[in-house]
Amino acid sequence: MSEQVNTAQQFPGQVHDLPGGGIVLSKLDDVINWARSNSLWPLTFATSCCGIEMMATASAKYDFSRFGFEVARATPRQADVIIIAGTIVNKMAPVLKRLYDQMADPKYVIAMGACAISGGPFFYNTYSVVKGADHVIPVDVYVAGCPPRPEALLHALISLQEKIKMGMTREQIRTGKE
Amino acid sequence: MLTNEQIKNKLIEKFGDVLTDFSEPYGMLTFEAPKDLNLKVMQFLYDDAELGFQFLTDLQAVHYPHDKGRELAVVYHLHNLKDNVRIRFKVFTSIEQPDVFTATKLYEAANWMERETYDFFGVNFIGHPNLKRVLNVDEMDYFPMRKEFPLEDQTRVDKDDEMFGRGGSFN
Ligand code: SF4
Repeated sequence: MSEQVNTAQQFPGQVHDLPGGGIVLSKLDDVINWARSNSLWPLTFATSCCGIEMMATASAKYDFSRFGFEVARATPRQADVIIIAGTIVNKMAPVLKRLYDQMADPKYVIAMGACAISGGPFFYNTYSVVKGADHVIPVDVYVAGCPPRPEALLHALISLQEKIKMGMTREQIRTGKE
Repeated sequence: MLTNEQIKNKLIEKFGDVLTDFSEPYGMLTFEAPKDLNLKVMQFLYDDAELGFQFLTDLQAVHYPHDKGRELAVVYHLHNLKDNVRIRFKVFTSIEQPDVFTATKLYEAANWMERETYDFFGVNFIGHPNLKRVLNVDEMDYFPMRKEFPLEDQTRVDKDDEMFGRGGSFN
């Protein structure tokens, strides 16, 4: 088994302690990604039942602030990550796209629950449900479940942080900023 | 205290035998009215000092595809908040000409409810100030809750009917 490392605190580079100070060696991009990944503010965006689970994740018992998802913002202008928590219907799809477009770069997307991944329970015989939020906006991390437990969402959020540190999110790949 | 019997007697006294099908499922007075009279009935239920049904709890439609000439039922749920009594009445309309008078002049709450009923069943509420879709996309050109569509894809083989409470040992 590999040893568990806390990548949130692990500095991406070398730190040489010297008397009276020190020298840090790193790539600026790595440091920026490291900083960004530890301060991801989610957008308050819950379209159905998974939203309740997202609220539970935000509340005291699970508390995603511990991992840098400090506080959910009610405006896309101040949010870094959009957690698609719930069913996306045809009428909601343009709104989702617009919210995504209004978010400032860099921005990341988590699809939470079966609905956001594929339409989930509404995959067959539906007249209104979009079969996966990735038909509308690019998704970085998918969380399976209906609904996923808060632990699963936390795991997804941490996975997103690691993805950002590796420069592998859609946004980072698209803009060529690793 | 207002009883179902009193409400029924008052209605019959006022409208005679055009109101039909009185019944009390689960203790809730239910009857049917001709669709041209829906506003008159509601106005009476609203204005009468004793009845005072001044709150529209809900309004929706039901599609009975085999009932020729009266395929769509519009169901009104009214509430007398003072005596805490609820009643329900229905009007029927044909699906070729699903015109029913709007209740928006009497109950503000009817506005969105009628839009929703139009959205899903295509009931045309005459006189509604803004009768357009409210939940579905505007481009939709059918009324999804009408029983005109197969419930699910008949060619599917991945679903075991027994697991869904139909067929098999459940019946
Ligand atoms: S995945 Fe399940 S719990 Fe989540 S929004 Fe869809 S139906 Fe609700």
